[in-house]
Amino acid sequence: MATDTKAEHEDLGFEDINKYDFRNEEKYIFKSRKGLDADIVSEISAMKKEPEWMRDFRLRSLDIFNSKPMPNWGGNINIDFQDIYYYIKPSDRQGHSWDDVPAEIKDTFDKLGIPEAEKKYLAGVKAQYESEVVYGSLQEDLEKQGVIFTDTDSAVREYPDLVQEYFAKVIPPEDNKFAALNSAVWSGGSFIYVPPGVKIEFPLQAYFRINAESMGQFERTLIIVDEGAQVHYVEGCTAPKYTTESLHSAVVEIMVKKGGRCRYTTIQNWANNIYNLVTKRAVAYRDATMEWVDGNLGSQLTMKYPAVYMMEPGARGEILSIAFANKGQHQDAGAKVVHAAPDTSSLIVSKSISRGGGRSSYRGLVKVEDGAKNSKSSVVCDALILDPISRSDTYPYIEVEEDEVTIGHEASVSRINEEQLFYLMSRGLSEPEASTMIVNGFVEPLVKELPMEYAVEMNRLIQLQMEGSVG
Amino acid sequence: MTETLKICDLHVSVEGKPILKGVNLTLNRGEVHALMGPNGSGKSTLGLALMGHPRYEVTSGSVELNGEDLLEMEVHERARAGLFMAFQRPMSIPGVKMADFLRHASTNVRNPDRKEGEDLIPMREFRKELKSKMDQLKMDTQFARRYVNEGFSGGEMKRAEILQLAMLRPKFAILDETDSGLDADAVRLASTSIAEIGGAEMGILIITHHERLLEHNRPDYTHVMLGGRIVETGGAELAAELHKEGYGRIRHEHPEAAAENESMEEETTASS
Ligand SMILES: Nc1ncnc2c1ncn2[C@@H]1O[C@H](COP(=O)(O)OP(=O)(O)OP(=O)(O)O)[C@@H](O)[C@H]1O
Ligand SMILES: [Mg+2]
Repeated sequence: MATDTKAEHEDLGFEDINKYDFRNEEKYIFKSRKGLDADIVSEISAMKKEPEWMRDFRLRSLDIFNSKPMPNWGGNINIDFQDIYYYIKPSDRQGHSWDDVPAEIKDTFDKLGIPEAEKKYLAGVKAQYESEVVYGSLQEDLEKQGVIFTDTDSAVREYPDLVQEYFAKVIPPEDNKFAALNSAVWSGGSFIYVPPGVKIEFPLQAYFRINAESMGQFERTLIIVDEGAQVHYVEGCTAPKYTTESLHSAVVEIMVKKGGRCRYTTIQNWANNIYNLVTKRAVAYRDATMEWVDGNLGSQLTMKYPAVYMMEPGARGEILSIAFANKGQHQDAGAKVVHAAPDTSSLIVSKSISRGGGRSSYRGLVKVEDGAKNSKSSVVCDALILDPISRSDTYPYIEVEEDEVTIGHEASVSRINEEQLFYLMSRGLSEPEASTMIVNGFVEPLVKELPMEYAVEMNRLIQLQMEGSVG
Repeated sequence: MTETLKICDLHVSVEGKPILKGVNLTLNRGEVHALMGPNGSGKSTLGLALMGHPRYEVTSGSVELNGEDLLEMEVHERARAGLFMAFQRPMSIPGVKMADFLRHASTNVRNPDRKEGEDLIPMREFRKELKSKMDQLKMDTQFARRYVNEGFSGGEMKRAEILQLAMLRPKFAILDETDSGLDADAVRLASTSIAEIGGAEMGILIITHHERLLEHNRPDYTHVMLGGRIVETGGAELAAELHKEGYGRIRHEHPEAAAENESMEEETTASS
């Protein structure tokens, strides 16, 4: 009957985090000086004991970064690149004690009812707890099937051939200024390899990797899904990430080979001072499917356009995104699909909410190359604006070099419907409660694609955004 | 003391245009009142104004619910004070599941002082109650998982309104053409269910153009609205007469109100 799973989940109380014993780690082990130059980049590479090719790659990327102008589109970026620490050894970053985590962040964790393992991960607190056991057995199970799931730094040391073959092939440093920056100073991120035919049934979650570098501002994630293999990777950062730095610039590269399937789900909720400039791209080969599910909350400016390049016939790309722009925030998010072969198909669904003077933009590119016959693409973007001071824009770009294609584009901008509000309030819901319910309903078609616990958190996050207690 | 919804000389305008021109009506808990009248006479307007719809502006008059000023209350406060309206045209809310919506609604109405974010009725308890109410109304339980009124047929929407009535158990209920769109069996079921839910517990104002709903909810009073006023009040026999004879006699005896009703209708047809 009424299997209202969301509501049911609310009954599961998570244990109080303060009960757990946190170890105070040493303050820090290594911190590079502020700023960005060849010495610092070499130093980072040396600290990580990297092979020569990686050091050379970093230095070359630094040159590219320096030679590229700042993007003159998207949002206003006002960053002093010399005023940033580019590398902090993880034991420092993860060594925060729970006491150092600001009260409002803890408070949010509690309100969200985030699983305890994830709270610590999010707060950058490294602690001893039972999940390590869970993680251990999971790891063992995956290893038996030949799956590699580790952090990218370790992968460079432990799987040099594999890494060298695929690293920076999907997103070369020349791609854009921030990809170049990441290439020069990257640290952390996930490395996943799924061998041919292996289908991983449960979502792989970043916070399982509690022993690894995971809180990087310049994460570098690389996922290789071999022929006929399948994986769902979830990067859940549903509480405001606790970082003292103001720039987050990640690169995520994914390769899905013939008949493979990959879904990458991210929910990110950043502190309001953060610039979140991320390059995410996947290539999909014959009959392969790539799906990005992307939720963006918080930050001062997010620029993120997950991309799928469909290289061979039968490839499919889907990009589903939700953005919530609150006071002082600009969410410039969207999608990019490139149809480079016949019989490829793509779907882009974008939902944005603007409130309290926030601004959300959908920026999307659908490109169909010459010869990509029978390509199909469908774009749907819906914006909900909650008050007169907020803003929403749509920048859809379509480049088609082929005649035999089907392309659909629908866009809508709406405000909260007075009649709907009245209907809910006539049943006893207060105005904020009714608005929240309407907003949750608006994003529901995408939220229901999330793993259950994330769907619950997403709804709570929206509730918090609506109350104004976050942001 | 009997609990009462007391409407005195109520004037209501929509977009500056007067629709209700002095309505008086007293509804006691435990009574059934039928409100009849030709199309466009202002029946729905009365209900919506009582519920507090933002587009229906009360320009003068008063409404008391058990001695309290109803018109001072916000919409959700009216619901929590025990007022309910089953709408002639319920809104759909995409993406919001019936079960979620009903759980929030029931929790709020049962704990009028609840603040946002406070606990909801425990899932298990709620689920059991919802299931039994749905069984009673012969509603497929899968409706609980559907989005509020989204894609519901006309009859399904009306049934969903009755389900809400059953869950919220208000003190005073206005049922605005809850019988329209229902097939013959469903009307009979609605009629008996409303009687079961209401009984002596509720004061019910039934707005209808048909007889069936009144079969099991025999009106203590029948009011006839014309041109934004209640022009006649009688017993159950008045409802029966109107069903048989139509509004000819009423119009004839109240030519002024009849003229106003017509002019209101003309304006609407001209502007639409
Ligand atoms: N929101 C509105 N905007 C414009 N006009 C309105 C609105 N609501 C009511 N009216 C007008 O007020 C008059 C009374 O309408 P109301 O819906 O109350 O009639 P009714 O008695 O319920 O009719 P019916 O039996 O057809 O349901 C009509 O002329 C109608 O067009
Ligand atoms: Mg009506």
